[in-house]
Amino acid sequence: MNASHRRSRRLRGALAGLAAAALGLTGCASEGGEGVSSSSKTIDYWLWDTNQLPAYQRCADLFEESHPGLSVNITQYGWDDYWQLLTAGFIAERGPDVFTNHVSQYPQYVSLETVQPLDELEATAAVDEGEFQEGLSELWTGEGGRMYGMPKDWDTVAAFYNKDMVREAGLTEEDLATWDWNPRDGGGFEDVIARLTVDENGVRGDEPGFDKSKVEVYGLGLNEAGGSSFGQAQWSGFAAATGWRATDEPFWDTSYNFDDPRAQEALDWYFGLVDKGYMPAYGQFNQADGVAPQIASGSAAIAFDGSWSLRSYARSDLDLGTARYPTGPDGQAASMMNGLADSISRDADDPEAAAQWVAFMASPECQQAVARDGVVFPSRQDSTPLAAEAFAQMGLDPEPFTAPVEEDEVFYFPVTDHGADVRALAIPALEDIYANRAPASTLDRTNRAIDVLFETGEG
Amino acid sequence: MSTTTRQIVLDPDAARNRRARERGPVTRRSARRRGLLLPLAFLAPAGLGYLVFYLWPTVRGIWLSFTSFNLLTPAEFVGLDNYRRLVQDPLFWDSLGITVWYVVLNIGLQTVLALIIALMMHQLTRSTFLRGVVLSPFMVSNVVAALVWLWILDTQFGVANQVLEWLGVGSIGFLTDEFWSIPTIAAINVWRHMGYTALLIFAGLQTLPDTVYEAARIDGAGETRIFFSITMPLLRPILALVLIMTIIGSFQVFDTVAVTTSGGPANSTNVLQLYIYDMAFGRFQFGYAAAMSVALLIVLGIITFIQFKLTRANKTDLD
Repeated sequence: MNASHRRSRRLRGALAGLAAAALGLTGCASEGGEGVSSSSKTIDYWLWDTNQLPAYQRCADLFEESHPGLSVNITQYGWDDYWQLLTAGFIAERGPDVFTNHVSQYPQYVSLETVQPLDELEATAAVDEGEFQEGLSELWTGEGGRMYGMPKDWDTVAAFYNKDMVREAGLTEEDLATWDWNPRDGGGFEDVIARLTVDENGVRGDEPGFDKSKVEVYGLGLNEAGGSSFGQAQWSGFAAATGWRATDEPFWDTSYNFDDPRAQEALDWYFGLVDKGYMPAYGQFNQADGVAPQIASGSAAIAFDGSWSLRSYARSDLDLGTARYPTGPDGQAASMMNGLADSISRDADDPEAAAQWVAFMASPECQQAVARDGVVFPSRQDSTPLAAEAFAQMGLDPEPFTAPVEEDEVFYFPVTDHGADVRALAIPALEDIYANRAPASTLDRTNRAIDVLFETGEG
Repeated sequence: MSTTTRQIVLDPDAARNRRARERGPVTRRSARRRGLLLPLAFLAPAGLGYLVFYLWPTVRGIWLSFTSFNLLTPAEFVGLDNYRRLVQDPLFWDSLGITVWYVVLNIGLQTVLALIIALMMHQLTRSTFLRGVVLSPFMVSNVVAALVWLWILDTQFGVANQVLEWLGVGSIGFLTDEFWSIPTIAAINVWRHMGYTALLIFAGLQTLPDTVYEAARIDGAGETRIFFSITMPLLRPILALVLIMTIIGSFQVFDTVAVTTSGGPANSTNVLQLYIYDMAFGRFQFGYAAAMSVALLIVLGIITFIQFKLTRANKTDLD
């Protein structure tokens, strides 16, 4: 799941979240913990994605059948409240036993010692990491080589496009399947989105007389303040196509590369699409809703989004297609890859029982149940085809999401210490480029601040 | 108990003498001590509340500002490090500047509007209903008010922008444009608070004696002259009090910003309280957040002191 996807709403829910924290804590105190009867132990499990709740409830039922004496109580909180409630839970030692974790959060939890290493618990230590999609175990392995999350799913990013608009523009789906890109003129990719952009008078973005101040349909949709620290579902694929990576080492590096001219050139080109009228300006669409509504309402022809959103797009009445990022100067069409995992809280009442539930969620039995539901790509390699089939049945081609993984054209969501601090520094700087159209070279200053952060812990 | 209390209140000496007779001779000191017990008992609940909910958190907050603290592991004393960092932190000074800009807009507009409304209420109407209407935005919670305005001002669906489009002005990013967002947030809070502020000023207006006004009219003063030479000077202590209260409240702006902009775009609405909140609860740097809170406390203390001196808030011109 995209960390930034709901970032803009994080503080919006601040008061509501804090108020809910008190309620949530009293609620979980009465529901979880000791359990209903003295003979059965209840494992309290939290997740944030409503789409995944039914599938994991089925897993919980299967788990309870095969593990007499243990029961699972699942609680779902929206992303906004989730992390605040979790923090409040850690402080009050009243949090869940097991919870869904995100790579942008877990290094902090490791340093605060609020999660347990899974290798030290019998059931989770026995899970064969080789069964997971490549790279997922590394995402969740800490600096000391210990594992803090059991991979539960993975995600990549690709483009969703409106097939009718593509046809009306005189383009073919083949044009989108074979598009290329470079940071100087945007290559074939920019030609496509210019063609797909239409102003109120029906003039297309690549035609004379195009009025960029009165755009009816944007070639490329964009939302959430231009993306998280790493533009996961926005610009990350373009920047990576220049050979750039956010950190030199994919995991646990101690410096960032926001000062790299390659990334800055890609960002100047990307947000420059706003100046050309091909992409909506900052604040034009409500940030809270993500980019999907821009496609659903016909305001945008193409939008990049994560595989976690496949189901949301499938609900649309429109005829939608999917395509990979364009092939970049490095000859690859790379996508950022990330994945969620289940972690065990330091305060778990019975860590071994919690570990059994975590191991069960990584078992073929549970993963296949999740795969058939068509909400995410489960972490086990053997479950990927099942999920792909479920997505195909919904009418969306999952291949642009699976191909980067199969062809090893993925790069990972950076995992480092000081994640929250880096976000606090990078997001306003990126907003400055998007909203105020500051040059991307201003990121030099941000990168220096991040360096200071890693040197002194202050940022 | 009630009888004893009443006796003490009505005739303290009689009660003391009776008790003295019952228990034999007592020293003056123990009698004085017993006399102190009752007021102390009455003060105890408020005193306890003050200690637990004000004094202790303040002392602890000041202590935490000298530590590195993440809420989950014990605080570690770091001396003046947090304050040294504060002085060098450009974001802190930026957010202080943004907050001051907000306060100037918010208080300036609010005080003028509230004064006009109060004068109109005083001169033109005695209707309790109308006074209630003026106060009604204050009944709406800050978060609800902010959410409603967020939608009214939405660039796509908002009524305000649709009206602007009809008028041919074109859509304005009230809460997404760096230039507009702080004035807009200030205006939202003016909308919510001006009725309440007006009511405070109105109450002050009602305390002004009619005699001075009559004297002024007999002397032939016009309405404008009366306003500037009589109403304003006499209203000064009330206005000073209102200003001190509203400025302190204004410096603490948080919820409206959190709901409408979350500090964006590009930190342009990152007011001090939001920065402190994010530093503590978003980034777990409670020590530094505490140091910034102490800085805010000092700033507010200085402003209040200056205001108090400049406006002579504790003196009235009616004597």
